[in-house]
Amino acid sequence: MVAWTDFERETIKSIFGKLDYDDVGLAALCRCLVVYPWTQRYFGNFGNLYNADAIRANPMVAAHGKVVLNGLDKAVKNMDDIKGTYSELSVLHSEKLRVDPDNFRLLADCLTIVVAARMGADFTAEVQAAFQKFLAVVVSSLCRQYH
Amino acid sequence: MLTQQEKELIAQIWEKMIPVAPEIGSESLLRMMTTFPGTKTYFSHLDISPGSPQMLSHGKKIILAIAECSKDISSMMDTLAPLQTLHAYKLKIDPCNFKLLSHCLIVTLAAHMGDAFDPIVHAAMDKFLSAFAAVLAEKYR
Repeated sequence: MVAWTDFERETIKSIFGKLDYDDVGLAALCRCLVVYPWTQRYFGNFGNLYNADAIRANPMVAAHGKVVLNGLDKAVKNMDDIKGTYSELSVLHSEKLRVDPDNFRLLADCLTIVVAARMGADFTAEVQAAFQKFLAVVVSSLCRQYH
Repeated sequence: MLTQQEKELIAQIWEKMIPVAPEIGSESLLRMMTTFPGTKTYFSHLDISPGSPQMLSHGKKIILAIAECSKDISSMMDTLAPLQTLHAYKLKIDPCNFKLLSHCLIVTLAAHMGDAFDPIVHAAMDKFLSAFAAVLAEKYR
């Protein structure tokens, strides 16, 4: 059970409350596929991922970005049991999708950068720390059912 | 592997950071120490309160070293030789921390540059800082 301060809870709810999940989902996934091209290995059926413009324009990337952000929303709404909330998703990612768990951290870092770019000076060091703590718990929960 | 275009992009960005080196450097350090508290263990000799003169001065040193390397990336080994020795034999900072500071440098750049810090710029910067960190750690063993 993770201990969240009031500041951390409010910060996470406030950030996600203001995000456009479609826009940010696409931006984060696109950034991940461009900055860490080896992550493309999981998207072989997505068609054209040949360059940044193609990735940004790819409707399957946009759709999947939205899936990811809506998945994160579950954690935002269940901050006191992210582990339980994600147990099925963890099994899915390990047994079926077979995603190297390091990729969760890469996508989390890209999401952090996207949010930082959107929030500018409001993304203070304390806000960053709260956001990254939240994502670290999400990543850890997704990794739990890997055996 | 950095393309010529990426090298020019990186040099341009760091050139712009030189006049605000203390601010950018101290912000990156503050972000790193707040998000990754284990990194504070290397700074017990400094006043690490936000905006302290020591944070500004230390931040400036780091940014200026990076900016210097960005001017001629192919000569990074030579430019960084004294800092390689310092980090390996005197400071002995665990190199895993270079990744943490690089990440916070990137967050700082994103927060200041907004949309201009697009995926292409991000990729170039990530590659450059990874190479910088690898060269910095070269003399460790």
